[in-house]
Amino acid sequence: MNKILTKEEAKKIIDKVLAFSKADEMSVALNGGRTGNIRYARNSVSTSGESYDQSLAVTAVFGKRSGTATINEFDDASLEKTVRRAEEIARLAPENPEYMPMLGPQTYIEAPTFADSTANIDPDYRAKAAFDSIDPCSKKGLTAAGYMEDSAGYSAMGNSKGLFGFNKSTSVDFSITVRTADGLGSGYAIRDFNDVSKLSTKQATEIAMQKALASSTAKALEPGKYTVILEPAASIDLLQNMMRSMDARNADEGRSFLSKKGGGTRLGEKLFDERVNIYSDPSNIEIPTSGFGGGGGGRMGGGGSDGRPQEKISWIENGVVKNVYYSRFWADKKGVKGVPPPSGFIMAGGTESLADLIKGTEKGILVTRMWYIRAVDPQTLLYTGLTRDGTFYIEKGQIKFPVKNFRFNESPIIMLNNLEAMGVPTRIGGCLVPPLKIRDFTFSSLSDAV
Amino acid sequence: MKRRDFIQLSGMGLGAMMGSSIPVLGNMVSAEHLLEPGADIATKKRLADIALNATKSRGATYTDVRIGRYLQQFVFTRETKVQNITNAESYGVGIRVIANGTWGFAATSDVTPEGIAKCAETAVAIAKANAKIQKEPVILAPQKGVGEIVWKTPIVKNAFEVPIKEKIDLLMNVNGEAMKNGAGFVTSNLFFVNEQKYFASSDGSYIDQDVHRIWPTFTVTAVDKAAGKFKTRDAISSPMGMGYEYLDGLASEKISAPNGLIGYRNSYDMVEDAIMASKQAQQKLTAKTVPAGKYDLVLDPNHLGLTIHESVGHPTELDRVLGYEANYAGTSFATLDKWKTKAFNYGSKHVNIVADKTQPYTLGTVGYDDEGVPCKEWDLIKDGILVNYQATRDQVNILGENASHGCCYADNWNSVQFQRMPNVSLKAGKDKLSVFDMIKGVEKGIYIIGRGSYSIDQQRYNFQFGGQLFYEIKNGELVGMLDDVAYQSNTQEFWNSCVQICDKDDYRTFGSFFDGKGQPSQVSAVSHGSATTRFNGVNVINTGRKI
Repeated sequence: MNKILTKEEAKKIIDKVLAFSKADEMSVALNGGRTGNIRYARNSVSTSGESYDQSLAVTAVFGKRSGTATINEFDDASLEKTVRRAEEIARLAPENPEYMPMLGPQTYIEAPTFADSTANIDPDYRAKAAFDSIDPCSKKGLTAAGYMEDSAGYSAMGNSKGLFGFNKSTSVDFSITVRTADGLGSGYAIRDFNDVSKLSTKQATEIAMQKALASSTAKALEPGKYTVILEPAASIDLLQNMMRSMDARNADEGRSFLSKKGGGTRLGEKLFDERVNIYSDPSNIEIPTSGFGGGGGGRMGGGGSDGRPQEKISWIENGVVKNVYYSRFWADKKGVKGVPPPSGFIMAGGTESLADLIKGTEKGILVTRMWYIRAVDPQTLLYTGLTRDGTFYIEKGQIKFPVKNFRFNESPIIMLNNLEAMGVPTRIGGCLVPPLKIRDFTFSSLSDAV
Repeated sequence: MKRRDFIQLSGMGLGAMMGSSIPVLGNMVSAEHLLEPGADIATKKRLADIALNATKSRGATYTDVRIGRYLQQFVFTRETKVQNITNAESYGVGIRVIANGTWGFAATSDVTPEGIAKCAETAVAIAKANAKIQKEPVILAPQKGVGEIVWKTPIVKNAFEVPIKEKIDLLMNVNGEAMKNGAGFVTSNLFFVNEQKYFASSDGSYIDQDVHRIWPTFTVTAVDKAAGKFKTRDAISSPMGMGYEYLDGLASEKISAPNGLIGYRNSYDMVEDAIMASKQAQQKLTAKTVPAGKYDLVLDPNHLGLTIHESVGHPTELDRVLGYEANYAGTSFATLDKWKTKAFNYGSKHVNIVADKTQPYTLGTVGYDDEGVPCKEWDLIKDGILVNYQATRDQVNILGENASHGCCYADNWNSVQFQRMPNVSLKAGKDKLSVFDMIKGVEKGIYIIGRGSYSIDQQRYNFQFGGQLFYEIKNGELVGMLDDVAYQSNTQEFWNSCVQICDKDDYRTFGSFFDGKGQPSQVSAVSHGSATTRFNGVNVINTGRKI
């Protein structure tokens, strides 16, 4: 079956599955779609492929015992067999004391997550996209290594209590690393969209080429505390890691950066510079996501796999922690409504461009990208990692020269307290993030890596 | 390309995981279903021959066919609760060809004569299409066909045959003992993998392999709410190429270390480790914060394995050296020109590092790799000098060799095989030396155990590692626990500061169960053996912060 199901077709299959149920409760998740990719290195395509897949997962529940079985064939006999198998697994499963009864019907926001342009991508389109990136590099004696992955699919969920949700979505992710022939310069650019007509692999590659050429005579600066301008590709991982750490239960249990000395949590406390505002909104036109977290998006790993709707939620407002996210069990135990984790987030920014931020900087470091970021201390959200693919020294509002890469040890909590300025947010990894100017960012050693 | 489900583990306390999520391949099935036999060898040979004939008739000059059944069973618990049990099966065929000097690959879950013939046709068509933009035709190292061969991980007890109840009882016992000994929270997990792989190639090989892997692990958390502090201690188990017998906890496989610490060789006592972990997590709450500076480091094998993985394993992957991973994992400082000098001092003369896919009980050990090459052991670093890399059949010509190293692996039938790391291990010292003796010789140092935070740059020069347990060494004695420790170094500088390695009685393996590489990303499992090793004058930073 090489197609994206309609809402009606998906509902028909889910209803059929539910009709086979002998369990106390049953839920069905149905997903399908096409993914394609093209990968190149050394100015040559190394791998490319396209595949269609679909999967139906049935979860059966008896009391507090649940079991899941999946299948990728949707004929009646296969569906019934899968229902019986899920029921068998459920009967043999241990009781889950934290099991929550399934939700009834919900209302989900419908966001423009699907673009025909992306759904129509074929192998020729991918080859052209790769060519547009490789060709300018070859002509300049530079070496391109890149990857484009596109997907078009649907996601549906339903249960025996009448809940039903359907969403179809598309996505395209592109990244490009350009290196100079002598291996001394390296540049990078990354893009992601729902709608591929917004993507120009040529334009993105040109930025990576400029950075590669401009970074090839890097000087070593002493490690220490610097004012930095973090492009969105440099700050996104730290911000995402922070957002993933805003779980209510961990905070209540005393094992989170949001846990408070003496017990309790820091919900409602001002932890950041008052200009920091972070929220999520599934219907944001730049980063639309499914109303229940299914069918693409969902890069935060969150979303409503338990059926809860995604809504517009403020997480940090004027520097104050406004919300933390809850599992349904923990929300019930704590007697609160409890919102699910978001699929993506938006950090509000300013009106200045990246160039404006550079212009307004007396002394600082421009960081293109950060790499190999790992948690050092979950208590303080201290992370370590390195700059990569374009690090430059700024003086008197101008980029003066490229500098060797640094290792950093920094916490996004401290970073967002040391905020100097913000630019216009752009899409990165399914989120909207502004370029950030931060003072006293901690670089702890130098790296020879290019 | 494939769709993949991931079990998100944020908040599940899997600090030891190499990534933030665990890939689950294929369909969710019942535990009993995993014990059903797959297709018999005669059927698989018949199906493979259909593919071999179909590609040849369409002009392929080389073909390999992998009919794979990949099984996973994962069990997740916290405190008194089972959080999740995953039983997954993935079955299908991947066909790789060379046509017009170019690779083509296609895969299908339709394992029928028709499905396979169609897939073979697609693989050749993709190769021919890509050949038009090919700039570097494939040069494949010869590999003589080995005929019909069967290989199996030498397991004693198939983990998939052990009832789920027994596994849950074990984890509940682990969790119960951890809590009884003062832990605030505990998560524990079991991972079992079985790859039933049939490989056939146009060289005349028909290789049936049954590969087993196991990883038991946990994280214990101690909380001091009054102080607003928490500390964790992860298991010091290792993932292994073994069956359920790894969990027997044999006394003969334990190694005594200072301060009553215990190391585990090829048998693991999970309950004993959980009890130790619970006590140590509490000790960490009041441990002294480390003064930054230079220290001599005494690194336990359960810690050093990750440092070997990151600073030697990855930089000696030939595809990274050549630039194929430039857009993602990065390239390597260990360039061909350095290797060609035959004098590049990767480390001190004590440093002998071997690549290997034959060592018993390890994750990388199989009979043949995923392009039909028999597995072997070879030197990467000899007496401190870089002497070789890790290569596949289409790369080894660059090194002037005419036989592949056997480093090709795909994580599923629908993934294209590519260069993956074999076991990379530091040889034990030749002279008799225990960890007790080693510590006696250290004036100002830190003894580090277990894997912690880890980060290294894209060319593998600059790294920073933490650990699970840190003990201060003063004048030859362990004087107490330290906290907020991480060491930073440069790969070449670090390995040249290696001054002493304990003997073979202290040798153990460490492993990485879900090592990620490539776009789209594939996982692989790999072991790293070593004995406790001393490095002099390494830069230690203090990672304590206030927020």
